Amino acid sequence: MRTFFTNNWWKILAIVLMYYVLIYGFLVDVPRLAILNETIRNLFFHVAIWFAMFIMLIVSLVYSIKYLKHSSLHHDRIAGEFATAGIVFGLLGVATGSIWAKFTWGDWWVNDPKLNATTVALLIYLAYVVLRSSIEDSHQKGRISAVYNIFAFAAAVPLIFILPRLTDSLHPGNGGNPGFSAYDLDSNLRTVFYPAVIGWALLGVWFATLRVRIKNMSERIDDLHNY
Amino acid sequence: MIIRQTWVLVKKEILIELRMKYALSGMILYLISSIFLAYITFSTGRAPINIPTWNVLFWIIMLFVATNSIAKSFIQESRERILYYYTIANPHAIILAKMVFNSCLMLFLVMMGFVIYIILLGNPVGDLPMFLLALLLGAIGFSTTFTMISSIASKASNSSTLMAILGFPVIVPILLLLIKISRNAIEGLARSTIYDEVLTLSAIIIIAISTSILLFPYLWRSN
Repeated sequence: MRTFFTNNWWKILAIVLMYYVLIYGFLVDVPRLAILNETIRNLFFHVAIWFAMFIMLIVSLVYSIKYLKHSSLHHDRIAGEFATAGIVFGLLGVATGSIWAKFTWGDWWVNDPKLNATTVALLIYLAYVVLRSSIEDSHQKGRISAVYNIFAFAAAVPLIFILPRLTDSLHPGNGGNPGFSAYDLDSNLRTVFYPAVIGWALLGVWFATLRVRIKNMSERIDDLHNY
Repeated sequence: MIIRQTWVLVKKEILIELRMKYALSGMILYLISSIFLAYITFSTGRAPINIPTWNVLFWIIMLFVATNSIAKSFIQESRERILYYYTIANPHAIILAKMVFNSCLMLFLVMMGFVIYIILLGNPVGDLPMFLLALLLGAIGFSTTFTMISSIASKASNSSTLMAILGFPVIVPILLLLIKISRNAIEGLARSTIYDEVLTLSAIIIIAISTSILLFPYLWRSN
């Protein structure tokens, strides 16, 4: 029982935080702002999911670098599964953002640099998944996909932060629209937002580690069959 | 040491290119026919092509020319020849040589494409030196990024499809900045308004070159 808690406290924390976000996120008093109205609560979902996505993608990048250093297939599986978790969060972020845009901008999708940058990032990671699935040999797969992961991250992903700032954007935080830091001043929002980021990130880590364990086990079963 | 090896390898690339004349003439023909296709489809519309379309169409054609001409730099190398390089050359020298050679080839194709393009579709460019700078940055940016992507794609099975799906998302920032710089040059706006973009683009190119040089030895080993 004791080891159960020492090993799994973060999973319990993830569940508690998610329930806290789901319940308190809809009950908490939020600032009344024109146009935004109640959609400001999307901060706990859309923005927090985005933060979690970046955490997933950075973990994936770190394990790609580790793979190149140590050539351990376990690291490669972690890199791959965290990238998948990042894609899932990316799609969730697009979905929540799209619903939010319908109520504030009046359309599901607008031609906006920030949205386009997101699409590009998703395309990069989907290409990463396709690349992984098109190589048979597992060490070859690990090395090549790690190289692409690092190269694509270095060449394109930082620009999601730079390019939208060079042009005007409707998105909060750009072109005179109040950004996250303006809402951040409200302490009620802060009490839900930071736990939400941690909760989503822990949930992503949980999913990714589960999938890594499944991969590791099926690998071991394959090895047993080969003997 | 690396510089001398690189120089020898660049000379070798040029020599191979000159001996296989069909490859280069194929690329030139690809360029001419795609520009002619653009010209003929727009001329049937009977409306003169407007300037933003002119600009975007030019860079899209250049993008496809770059994908096709640079894809062959690793994909068409035979396995035996790659093994031979492996025994005699430094991987850094190999990727540098490929990048230098592809940049020169791409610069030649882009310049040629620009001349044919303005003959067929008109020349609205107001600030020619600035546009030429955009062409130079475009040639270097496309060729360095696609050289690395081609070396990645050549290791997988369906490499020609992979070349496009791996390359296009990575090239988007470069393409957007190029279109912005060249639009400024076409309209002949003050150069000080575009310095930021030129600097950002140069920084992206430097990042692409340095990460390729760092990562290529790992790819190289996997043959």
